[in-house]
Amino acid sequence: MIHDFGVVWAERSLMLNGLLNTLILSVLSAFAALVLGALLAMLLTHKTKAPVVVARGFVDLMRCTPFLLFAYIVYYGLPSLGIKFDNWSAGLVALIIYNTAYMAEILRGAAAAQPPEPAEAGIAFGFTGFGLYRRIVLPPLLLAAGPVVGNQVIQIVKDSAFLTIIALPELTHAASSIQSRHYVPFAAFISAVILYWLLCLLVETGVSAVGRMADARR
Amino acid sequence: MSAATPTIETADGAVLRVAGVSKSFGTLQVLNDITFTVARGETVCVVGPSGSGKSTLLRCINWLERPDSGRIFLELEQVGMTAGGFLMRDKELSLMRTRIGMVFQHFALWPHLTVLQNVMEAPLHVQGRPKAQVREEAEALLARVGLSDKIDAYPARLSGGQKQRVGIARALATKPALILFDEPTSALDPELVGEVLTVMRDLAHEGMTMVVVTHEMSFAREAAGHVIFMDRGAIVETGRPEEFFRAPSTDRARQFLLRYASTPGQGGENAARQEHRS
Repeated sequence: MIHDFGVVWAERSLMLNGLLNTLILSVLSAFAALVLGALLAMLLTHKTKAPVVVARGFVDLMRCTPFLLFAYIVYYGLPSLGIKFDNWSAGLVALIIYNTAYMAEILRGAAAAQPPEPAEAGIAFGFTGFGLYRRIVLPPLLLAAGPVVGNQVIQIVKDSAFLTIIALPELTHAASSIQSRHYVPFAAFISAVILYWLLCLLVETGVSAVGRMADARR
Repeated sequence: MSAATPTIETADGAVLRVAGVSKSFGTLQVLNDITFTVARGETVCVVGPSGSGKSTLLRCINWLERPDSGRIFLELEQVGMTAGGFLMRDKELSLMRTRIGMVFQHFALWPHLTVLQNVMEAPLHVQGRPKAQVREEAEALLARVGLSDKIDAYPARLSGGQKQRVGIARALATKPALILFDEPTSALDPELVGEVLTVMRDLAHEGMTMVVVTHEMSFAREAAGHVIFMDRGAIVETGRPEEFFRAPSTDRARQFLLRYASTPGQGGENAARQEHRS
């Protein structure tokens, strides 16, 4: 058994490369999904009906689609419509679009729980449109939604493992390669799990930093 | 807009003219043909029973609610409508609104910003004024309302009275021609009312133009140039405070004032405040 972990250690550059890919994918897609989700939440909370209906339709569609299936559609399905990606871009795009829906829904929920007065004061003091949203409405939402956004980022880290099926060389793919090459399944997969766990600890650290900022403001 | 709006005299000195403003929510008419003028440097107090349309009137003045009919002029410029008679674009309305400060019943401070940032936010990001100057002015305003030691605190760490004083400093920061106060002391614990009224009284004496919706009759009596008594969406009576409080000319005003007179002083006003809040 110790010997098996030795095999994984010998392949550490492959493993670390997988970890790095998972990290980059997660960071990029979490950031992009949060930004796009914030914009989509603006539509979800819009005072006219049409944007709400369109945004709501997209959000519900994404939330009811298994991520694995969605990744298949982006990588294998879209090329038949003439949209071609390499596997890395396809994986990133799938993660971003899918999680934008979740982030938007999280922020919409947080918005529903906010008192209306501060936003109204923003309007009374001359803020309008996007400036009103970005400077007055959104920051309290992000602070309030911090822990739930953190959960979703952890979900992103874990969902990125599905991208092994489109041969994206992320962490699960690396572990899988090592086990098939050397037949050390337990050591390879446990090593990957530990690395995922470390990534989640990083996310938790970020969440508690946001939590401290929020606590100072309530 | 109704074609039969009254002619607006263009006499100097008026900061605000409200001419024939009406507003309904569904079938409920909350404002019925409201007309009044506020002179430069004058404090006008709007009093009346709960649900008489006082807050809606304030919200129509800066177009937080769009009036159904009637016109509102800030220093001879119509609020919400362009000279050509079209609805103002967001940008134009935004400029008008920076000239009308507002103080809210529930403070409505921005929770993610410090006290100083709350005061600096609109001058910096709506008016686009230079930061160093805005900061200096904001610090001076906070000193004026007695909060120099709280500039880096977040609103959540303040008492109600302190929050409302920040609210007043924020309203002053855009250098408005007029400040609207929407029941500024109604959400405060009784012992915190005084500190806010003191700041407002000072502003009135320094010549700030203010429209104050309030249940604090003592404040109206001593600070108001005019008192407007509203009931069921209409102005029932207007008068100078010494006349209005001594000898109101309508039964409705008399009955309204009786509720305050029956338990004189703080107690009576607090009772009214409690009643209003519930």
